[in-house]
Amino acid sequence: MLVIKDLKVKISEVDKDIIQGFNLKINSGEVHAIMGPNGSGKSTLSHAICGKEGYEITGGNINLEGRSILDLEPQDRATKGIFLAFQYPLEIPGVGNLSFMRTALNSQKKARQEKELNPAEFLKLVKEKASHLSVDMEMLKRPLNVGFSGGEKKRNEILQMALLEPKLCILDETDSGLDVDAMRQVSQGVNALRSPNRSFLIITHYQRLLNHIKPDYVHIMVSGRIIKTGGPDLALQVEEKGYGHLIANQKN
Amino acid sequence: MSNVYTEAKKGIDPGTIDSVNSLKEDYKYGFSTEIDMDYAPKGISEEIVKLISKKNLEPEWMLTWRLEAYQRWTKMFEPDWPMLKYEKIDYQDQYYYAKPKSLKERPKSLADVEPALLETYAKLGIPLKEQEFLAGVVGAEYASANAKPKVAVDAVFDSVSVGTTFKDELAKLGIIFCSISEAIHSHPELVRKYIGTVVPRSDNYFATLNSAVFSDGSFVYIPEGVKCPMELSTYFRINAENTGQFERTLIIADKDSQVSYLEGCTAPMRDTNQLHAAVVELVALDNADIKYSTVQNWYPGDKNGNGGIYNFVTKRADCRGVRSKVMWTQIETGSAVTWKYPSCILRGDYSQGEFYSVAIANNYQQADTGTKMTHLGRGTRSRIVSKGISAGKAQNTYRGLVNIHPKAVDSRNFTQCDSLLIGNKCGAHTVPYIENKNSSSRTEHEATTSKIDDDQLFYCLQRGIGEEDAVALIVNGFCKEVLQALPMEFALEAQKLVAISLEGSVG
Repeated sequence: MLVIKDLKVKISEVDKDIIQGFNLKINSGEVHAIMGPNGSGKSTLSHAICGKEGYEITGGNINLEGRSILDLEPQDRATKGIFLAFQYPLEIPGVGNLSFMRTALNSQKKARQEKELNPAEFLKLVKEKASHLSVDMEMLKRPLNVGFSGGEKKRNEILQMALLEPKLCILDETDSGLDVDAMRQVSQGVNALRSPNRSFLIITHYQRLLNHIKPDYVHIMVSGRIIKTGGPDLALQVEEKGYGHLIANQKN
Repeated sequence: MSNVYTEAKKGIDPGTIDSVNSLKEDYKYGFSTEIDMDYAPKGISEEIVKLISKKNLEPEWMLTWRLEAYQRWTKMFEPDWPMLKYEKIDYQDQYYYAKPKSLKERPKSLADVEPALLETYAKLGIPLKEQEFLAGVVGAEYASANAKPKVAVDAVFDSVSVGTTFKDELAKLGIIFCSISEAIHSHPELVRKYIGTVVPRSDNYFATLNSAVFSDGSFVYIPEGVKCPMELSTYFRINAENTGQFERTLIIADKDSQVSYLEGCTAPMRDTNQLHAAVVELVALDNADIKYSTVQNWYPGDKNGNGGIYNFVTKRADCRGVRSKVMWTQIETGSAVTWKYPSCILRGDYSQGEFYSVAIANNYQQADTGTKMTHLGRGTRSRIVSKGISAGKAQNTYRGLVNIHPKAVDSRNFTQCDSLLIGNKCGAHTVPYIENKNSSSRTEHEATTSKIDDDQLFYCLQRGIGEEDAVALIVNGFCKEVLQALPMEFALEAQKLVAISLEGSVG
C-alpha cells in the first residue's frame, strides 16, 4: 500500500532536513502508529505525504500502490485515496459544511470518472454516515468548522473520512484537545472504518488513543527518523518510561 | 414579490462548484454579432445631441434639457480623484449613437426584431422567449409561470431598446415597464416630473455627458399600493465598436409599492477600450420598497490589460417618502475600469438605505467603487456591506461616504468593508468618510483585510478539490452575505461569475 523509502524532507523556511532518512512500509489493512516527542517531525511527515506546498522532498521516495506520488498535486493524491485528518481543521467562513463535503466527494468522483452525486443522493449518504458519529443536521448546515468545538471539529474530520472512503487514512494528533467521551466517539468512528482494504497511519503523542484504536505496529520517531518499532506494548512502555528512556537506549 | 424575498433569504443552493465546472471559459460573452448598424458621425457636438434627440423623435422639452446638459458638460473636467489609471479618453473619437439598421421603424413586437439580434440574446441566455407571450399566447404565459419565477425583460442593444417582455401583464396592474425613449412619448408627465431630480444634470462629468447624449434605457413606474408580481430586468449589451453606451434608467415606486429590478451587462471582446457612462435614478415615495440588483460583467480586458470597458456610472436613489426603503446589490466582476457609487439620499423620515457589494478585480482590472449614504430625515438607517476581492495585478478601492445631517436625529449607520487578496501583486484600499453632525446618531465601521490562507487552500486540496474550485469556494463563502441579497434566480449566476472571473488567479 504505502512504502516510504529513505525520505528526506525540508521545510522552505528551515535550512536543515526535518525528516532525515525515514523508512516505513504499510500493508493493506494495517494500522500503524507513530509516536514521538515534540519536534520529531511527525506532522511534517503527514504534510509531506499529502504534498503540501513548502515541504520540499530532498531525497528518497513515497510510493502508493507501487507508484511514486511525489509528482502528484495534493488534490490528485487525495483522489488516489490519501486522506489526512488535520490536527487543526481549518475554518472556512461562509462555506456550508455540507456543501464543502459534496464538493470534495464529487471532485474526487469526477477525477476518477465516476458518477457524481446529486444533492438528494448526497444528503442521504451523509445522513447515514453522520448518524454513527453523532453529527446532526444542524452541524452539517453550519459554515465549515466555524465555531465548532474541538470535539465537533474532529468528529467532522472523521465524517469526511467516512464519506471519501480513502485507502490510506492519516490521523494527525486527532486526540489532541479531545475529552474522554469525544475520544471514544472518534475512535469508534475510526474503528468502524477499519477494513482489509484500508490502512491507517496514526500520529500521536500519547498512548491513550491507542487504547481505543488498537494498532498493529507502533513506531517511535525521533529527530526525523524511526528509532524503534514494536507492537502495542511499545506504546505502553513509552507511557510508563517516557521518550527519554528510548532515546538514551538508542544512543547507547 | 414577497415570495421572492423570503426565498432569497434562505440562501444559495449548496451545489455551486459542479455548475462552475461546466463553465470553464474565459469570457463567454465575448462574441460580437454582425449587424448592419446606423451610426451617427463620430464625436460629440450640439449637432450630435440634436441628432440623437431627433432619431428618438423627442419632444422639444427633452431636446432643450439635453442641450443645456451638453453646454454645461463642455465647461466641466473629468474627475481625477479616483484611484484609477487609464489612458485619456478622446471624447471626439467615439460614436454616440449606433442603432441596428433593421430597427429604423420601432419594432412593434419581438417578431419585428432582426433574427441576428435575437440570436445574440439567446447566446446571452436572456429569456426573451417570452416573445410568444407578447404575441398574445396568454395561456402559455400562465402555464410557464408556475414552472419558475417570472422575469420581465427589457433588452438594450448598443443604443436602443429592442423589446420588453410581459408588458401587457404588467400594464393590467398599472405598472409601466418600457424603454425610456418610449416613456418620453407615452408618459411625458412622469418622465418630466422625475428625470434629473435624483441625479441633476450638473451632478458630475459623466452624468452630465449622459444627460446630453443618453440614447435609451429602462423606465419603470409602480403605482400606489402595487407590489410588482415579478422581477423586472434589463440586459445591456454593447456590440458596435468604438461606441459609447449611455443608458439612462428611471424607476419610480409610488406610495406603498414594491419592486425588485435587476440589470445585467455584457460586451464583446475587443482590444480597444469602450466607454460606458450610465445614469440610474430611483425614487421611492412613502413606504415604497425598491430592490435594485446589478450583475456587471462588461468585458474586463485581456490578461495583459488590453481592451475592456471603461465603466463610469452614476446611480442614486432618493428615499423621498416616509419609511421608504432602497436596497442596492451589486456584483461587479467586469470592466477594465469601474467608477461607481450607488448611493441613497435618506430624505424621508425613518427611510432606509442598504448597499451590498461584491467587487472583483483580476489581472489589470481597476475598481473604485462604494456608496454614499446621506441621512437627512429623522430615524434613518443605512447599512453597507462591501466585499472587495483583488487578484492578479488588480487594484480595488472601496470609497464611501456616510453623512448624517444635523436634522437626522436618531439615525444609524453600519458599515462593514472586507477585502480579500489573492496573490501578492494586487492591492486593496479602503477610503471611508464618515461625517456625523448629530449627537443622537450613531455610526459603526468595521473593516478587515485578509489573504486566502495557504492552509485553507491546502485543506481544500487535501479533500480532492482542485485549486481553482477551492479559490472559488472560499471566495463565494467570503461574499455569501452579499450573494444572498440577490434575487434567488440570479444568485447562482453570480456565484458562477465569481468563479469565472477569478480563473487563473492562483498558482
